[in-house]
Amino acid sequence: MKVLVPVKRVIDYNVKVRVKADGSGVDLANVKMSMNPFDEIAVEEAIRLKEAGKADEVVAVSIGVKQAQETLRTALAMGADRAILVVAADDVNTDIEPLAVAKILAKIVEEEQPGLVIAGKQAIDNDMNATGQMLSALLGWSQGTFASKLDIDGDHALITREVDGGLQTIKVTMPTIVTVDLRLNEPRYASLPNIMKAKKKPLDEKTAEDYGVDVTPRLEIVKTTEPETRKAGEIVGSVDELVAKLKEAGAV
Amino acid sequence: MQLGLSEEQEMIAATVRRFVEQEIYPHEAEVERTGEVPSELAEQIKKKTLDLGFYACNFPEDVGGAGLSHLEFALVERELGRGSMALTHFFGRPQNILMACEGEQKDRYLFPAVRGERMDALAMTEPGAGSDVRGMKCSARRDGGDWILNGTKHFISGADHADFVIVFVATGEDDTPKGPKKRITTFLVDRGTPGFTLREGYRSVSHRGYKNMVLEFDDCRLPDAQVLGEVDGGFAVMNEWLYATRITVATMCVGRARRAFDYALDYAAQREQFGQKIGKFQGVSFQLADMITEIDAADYLTLAAADRLDKGLPANREIASAKLYASEMLARVTDAAIQVHGGMGLMDDYPLERFWRDARVERIWDGTSEIQRHIISRELLRPLGA
Ligand SMILES: Cc1cc2nc3c(=O)[nH]c(=O)nc-3n(C[C@H](O)[C@H](O)[C@H](O)COP(=O)(O)OP(=O)(O)OC[C@H]3O[C@@H](n4cnc5c(N)ncnc54)[C@H](O)[C@@H]3O)c2cc1C
Ligand SMILES: Cc1cc2nc3c(=O)[nH]c(=O)nc-3n(C[C@H](O)[C@H](O)[C@H](O)COP(=O)(O)OP(=O)(O)OC[C@H]3O[C@@H](n4cnc5c(N)ncnc54)[C@H](O)[C@@H]3O)c2cc1C
Repeated sequence: MKVLVPVKRVIDYNVKVRVKADGSGVDLANVKMSMNPFDEIAVEEAIRLKEAGKADEVVAVSIGVKQAQETLRTALAMGADRAILVVAADDVNTDIEPLAVAKILAKIVEEEQPGLVIAGKQAIDNDMNATGQMLSALLGWSQGTFASKLDIDGDHALITREVDGGLQTIKVTMPTIVTVDLRLNEPRYASLPNIMKAKKKPLDEKTAEDYGVDVTPRLEIVKTTEPETRKAGEIVGSVDELVAKLKEAGAV
Repeated sequence: MQLGLSEEQEMIAATVRRFVEQEIYPHEAEVERTGEVPSELAEQIKKKTLDLGFYACNFPEDVGGAGLSHLEFALVERELGRGSMALTHFFGRPQNILMACEGEQKDRYLFPAVRGERMDALAMTEPGAGSDVRGMKCSARRDGGDWILNGTKHFISGADHADFVIVFVATGEDDTPKGPKKRITTFLVDRGTPGFTLREGYRSVSHRGYKNMVLEFDDCRLPDAQVLGEVDGGFAVMNEWLYATRITVATMCVGRARRAFDYALDYAAQREQFGQKIGKFQGVSFQLADMITEIDAADYLTLAAADRLDKGLPANREIASAKLYASEMLARVTDAAIQVHGGMGLMDDYPLERFWRDARVERIWDGTSEIQRHIISRELLRPLGA
């Protein structure tokens, strides 16, 4: 079985995000970019399936600017077998929206015929949480979102989902689309031998036009603002005082 | 030199950096507090490093290493330099001098060191012989087919965790026009060899938990099989293999300086006094400008020296310049980082006071700043007959 893993290049999760002065978005000039952390978990899961003998090839795909090639190299260094880069924008500030991404992925799925797509549940930059679901709709495949556990068993998969108030386990028919949550696994570091091998692994470069998909944004960003700064806490002397304060604030 | 790193090189640096951030940083405060690295933690760091194929990455592939170039290894060390040395010690980089092992020495020392089964330490310095290595009193005399070692080494880093020590010892004296000159031989001494005792050294202000030890040799008997390289060939071994370790010091200084700088930059952009961010005051912002300029300069100087080694070019002066400049830069940068933080910079709520203390030793070990200046100036003036 072939596993397809879409990975997105996003602002590094350690970077303190700054909103641009004109409110048009966040400042991406000269900031560290990395693979979306949820996508790392997806890559890790795919590699584990391969190591367990349940998959035989892991293909990473990234759609965005040319620099996303670095993100794909990271996936290859983690252990993916090959990569496809779909250049869909020149400007690092252009975000390709989930529907366009899903449409391109649908075309790639037609070409590559994977038995499974594993994606992050959302990208940490725009928090859309939509690509996997849209891809499922476009392909007519089953889906299991927010996965914290994945068991593939022949023509179906058991997926444990992190839902409000607990865990839900569903059984889906393969091929399927899984979007992963934080607790599915702990992604590995790239090993030194794999880093050295990554360059030799195939990386195909395509464009959005190659797939006939129009990536023009449909959403308009009206304004971006900083979140409200957290108010300073207060140190209390005793449990009684704490309870009194909470009562005062109407919290208990 | 080609300016700029390849994709693999960037990825090597990024991977080590992330490893240090995730596997080393969280344990630093505790190691600093106790002055000890718990053995389970040491084993865990070692195991992860082995699993990632980074252990002994400075060694050639044919002996089980990763065959990194000097430049690539400098990148690894640079990122390790961000973290506590007490902990990064277990991201093992055995002394490359072990490449001088011959025959069955390879099975006893080189290969186990590369596989992370045996750790090493290197002992040159003595209470009476620091910069002046040839002034050493530690000596070995022949007794039958064996050697009998006597003397004391001190300041020996990592000897507490070492399964064997590489020891430089005087094995005779030559008369030269400039007076008597010691001949030196390198020995491999296993922990537990009768006549070899190890005791706790001094409490150092720098790098708590990365201990320096005192080694005592009291009629310690060693067979010929323990000689590394040629008898009386200690200087040759030293020159061939210890040459490059100063790059390690230089590049670690760069990594640590960047970490300190990040704190300073962040603080300057957050802290408000007189109704504005302190970064708006030139008195603060110009310090940041100087810091980053010096860090970049030290970074390029160091990588350029490593690149010369890779190209087989003479690099003695360049390495000395890098070690000198980077270690002195680190002192200035960590001092300035504290200054930007005001009083909080001194408090152990931030790691800055630790970086500042740790920085102090970098100008001393692996050749003091004065010795580096000596090397640089001799290289310049000797050809001119001065
Ligand atoms: C924490 C720590 C760990 C160490 N780990 C190791 C280790 O693992 N293995 C090991 O072998 N050694 C180790 N060392 C020893 C280190 O390499 C020496 O401290 C260093 O070489 C300086 O020697 P010294 O301390 O005896 O100072 P000295 O040589 O006595 O120097 C005193 C001062 O005189 C100056 N000086 C000396 N000669 C000259 C000259 N010709 N011209 C101008 N100035 C001069 C020096 O620059 C210095 O300022 C370690 C040291 C420390 C502090
Ligand atoms: C050990 C210790 C004991 C102390 N004891 C006392 C005490 O007994 N009583 C007491 O009242 N205080 C005490 N202090 C506080 C001390 O006086 C302050 O730390 C000092 O005034 C600096 O203030 P700060 O630490 O808040 O730094 P900040 O004022 O926040 O300064 C941070 C940085 O910004 C720079 N900066 C700030 N404003 C400007 C400007 N306009 N232009 C250029 N640069 C600027 C500073 O020079 C510094 O580099 C103590 C501090 C320490 C560390």
